Amino acid sequence: MVDFSLNENDKNIIRALRKQGEVQRKYARYYDDHEEELAPDEFPEAAEFDYIKQMEADRGHDGCTPTVFFLLKTITEYRGDFLRLRLPPYALGNATLASVGTEEQQKKWGHMLLAMANTEPGCGSDSKAIETTATLDGDEWVLNGEKIFVSHGVRAGGVVVWATLDKSVGRGAIKAFLVPKYAPGFILAKEEKKMGNRYSDTAAIVFKDCRIPRENLLGLDETIKTKGGGGFKGLMKTFNLTRPFVSARGIGHVLACREFVTDELKKEGIEIDWEVGQYKRTAVQQKLIELEAELEAATLATMHAGWLADKGVYNNLEASVCKSKAGDISRKGPQLALEILGASGITHDQLVEKWFRDTRATDIYEGTAEIQRLVIARSILNYSSQELK
Amino acid sequence: MISFELSKEQELVQKTTKEFAAGELRNIARDCDEDNKIPQKVLDKAWELGLANAAISEEYGGIGMERSALTTVLICEELSYGCATMASAIMSPSAFIQPLIDFGTEDQKKEYLPLHAGEKFKAAAMALHEPQFTFDPTDLRTRAEKKGDTWIINGVKRLVPFGDTAGHFLVIAGTGDAGLCGIDAFILPRDIGGLTIDSKTEKTMGLKPLPFSRLSLDNVAVPDTNRLGGDEGIDGRALINSVRIANSAICVGLSKAVGDYAIPYAKERVAFGEPIAKKQAIAFMLADMYTETECMRWMVWKAASQLDQKVDATKATTLACHYVNQKTIQIADNGVQVFGGHGYIRELPLEMWLRNARTLSVMEGMVSA
Ligand SMILES: Cc1cc2nc3c(=O)[nH]c(=O)nc-3n(C[C@H](O)[C@H](O)[C@H](O)COP(=O)(O)OP(=O)(O)OC[C@H]3O[C@@H](n4cnc5c(N)ncnc54)[C@H](O)[C@@H]3O)c2cc1C
Repeated sequence: MVDFSLNENDKNIIRALRKQGEVQRKYARYYDDHEEELAPDEFPEAAEFDYIKQMEADRGHDGCTPTVFFLLKTITEYRGDFLRLRLPPYALGNATLASVGTEEQQKKWGHMLLAMANTEPGCGSDSKAIETTATLDGDEWVLNGEKIFVSHGVRAGGVVVWATLDKSVGRGAIKAFLVPKYAPGFILAKEEKKMGNRYSDTAAIVFKDCRIPRENLLGLDETIKTKGGGGFKGLMKTFNLTRPFVSARGIGHVLACREFVTDELKKEGIEIDWEVGQYKRTAVQQKLIELEAELEAATLATMHAGWLADKGVYNNLEASVCKSKAGDISRKGPQLALEILGASGITHDQLVEKWFRDTRATDIYEGTAEIQRLVIARSILNYSSQELK
Repeated sequence: MISFELSKEQELVQKTTKEFAAGELRNIARDCDEDNKIPQKVLDKAWELGLANAAISEEYGGIGMERSALTTVLICEELSYGCATMASAIMSPSAFIQPLIDFGTEDQKKEYLPLHAGEKFKAAAMALHEPQFTFDPTDLRTRAEKKGDTWIINGVKRLVPFGDTAGHFLVIAGTGDAGLCGIDAFILPRDIGGLTIDSKTEKTMGLKPLPFSRLSLDNVAVPDTNRLGGDEGIDGRALINSVRIANSAICVGLSKAVGDYAIPYAKERVAFGEPIAKKQAIAFMLADMYTETECMRWMVWKAASQLDQKVDATKATTLACHYVNQKTIQIADNGVQVFGGHGYIRELPLEMWLRNARTLSVMEGMVSA
């Protein structure tokens, strides 16, 4: 049955996560102001919210399906703030490991926070153009190249690095490698200063004759594919899983903005009457409706992508649909919120200006707005990536 | 529990409607629009399938399918994928039938539902829209005042579908304060004293073939027994939300039609040495059409599912309608753009879809989910 309601268990968990959000917000400003400080893996209050884990364990089977539930949770956590009370041992590299690593590799590396390094100074969206190379030397891979914008690059214990075995081949020669932080030739070159997301470190990493064991090739497939995507497909598969979550994070922030605006305006006696027609609404109320409608659209598209994943349906198209929509709203939503709030909205005494800065990245990483549209267009037009660039 | 799963019955209804729309509607849409005609044969065929009246229970001569707003929005989308005008026409009696099922007293159901459970299309319509540019269902100018056992109704209604042939109208009038809780619905036979139906039908930019009428109500005296729901009246919110969301569902079908129609053309049409679909300006337009249509559909489903769960669907409906109205016109407009000059010529459906989109997206609606 088509249903968009939550059962009591799921509602209670969401409520608890919102409470946790209040604590997240206590620290959010500090780590935004102190970008140079690495926020702790765990804040003092984190343990106080361990009961949420128990609630999750007890939710039974009549609630939302796992991915949908996890998306809801992500939205609510990020509604609190990007800053989490306890950093999960999970980053983009872990998602890659989970989708293309061998069983043994998962066992060995799964417990460690793994960043993912694909973007280079010379290419980002066009990820098949990477120039970092990997050459086999005896029983070791030797990596050479430079990666930028590596989320958690400082904090992570290891990095999943994408490199090519043969630049002349293209996608089929691109492989992912598990590179531990202590590997010889792994140079943490720079920490970026960013518009937002400042609690989270973003690193540039140089690999200079960086040596890692042969078994650190993710998936262990050393063959170069002259046709098809090869290891590159693993990257794309990872995105099907992660794009709905990037969407959920963006949505969480826009939700925070939206709630802030509605709460503040309510204090001033401005509320939306949902049933009246446009003549009885002010321009501000109309904007609030637009904000909320776009947010709702992005949320439902994201839930749909997650729901398909739970059903085991291939959701490449839907993952990009939701990312495209969530990317839109993560730009338009906070912009609208600040437009409505006016000058006091951009001040340092509340977080809405921070959320505006934080969530702008949603429409950039894991595929820009334009890249999502390319993916969607290729899918509905039945074009290959060669036919539509 | 968040789920996008249709029931088996809903899947079947969706499939049947899709096939009907593909076989019977898409191919006649242009001719209907040019000739301002709605073929009776097609109305009857759709009626046989029970698309507008399947929820009439067996005791009143119907099929007794589960009364579901969600099922109705599925039907509306699929029919409209074939032709939005025909979808509105085929489903317009639902704006009389569904409220009767939802709110009618036993006597009212017994009297009026069997009339619409027959084998041939039977027109009946909701009279909701009014002529003033500031028309708003929460603030109707048509008012009904109670005098003893009768209600005296005064006002003007317009854009009433099948006003020329409908046997009965469900006239929506203000009886209380402003707001959807201050409205009532009255069952009026077309020959009731004081009701004048303009002999000329109204001409419109879109949904052109639909015979819209203007109704003038001059001290129309309606017995208390014709007030829908009797002493209890109606849930004005649920009634209007059902109309609004059905209209949005028709917009979703239209939008999907535009997107799907543009894809093969964009792949075939060559400009500057390659198909226009390979140019991002076009490809991205098509991608956005797809994305928005998906989002629109889920928003419509959410409101419809809330109607089915009998919770207040006003917010979900308002959000859905706001979104759908904006995106539908954008999609239909871009549809014309993808086809360039050919989109403007009346041989292809694009310009018709744009007129229909503009028309639907400023209406409250004439169908009930
Ligand atoms: C906060 C943050 C965290 C990040 N974390 C990571 C990480 O952990 N790991 C990692 O590998 N990367 C990460 N990135 C990098 C991110 O994935 C890239 O920035 C992104 O993919 C875009 O690449 P680019 O910056 O090189 O822009 P470019 O690819 O140079 O794009 C510039 C512009 O051109 C457009 N464009 C590019 N190609 C096309 C095309 N074919 N058609 C139309 N338009 C096009 C883009 O949409 C964009 O608007 C992160 C970035 C940020 C900001």
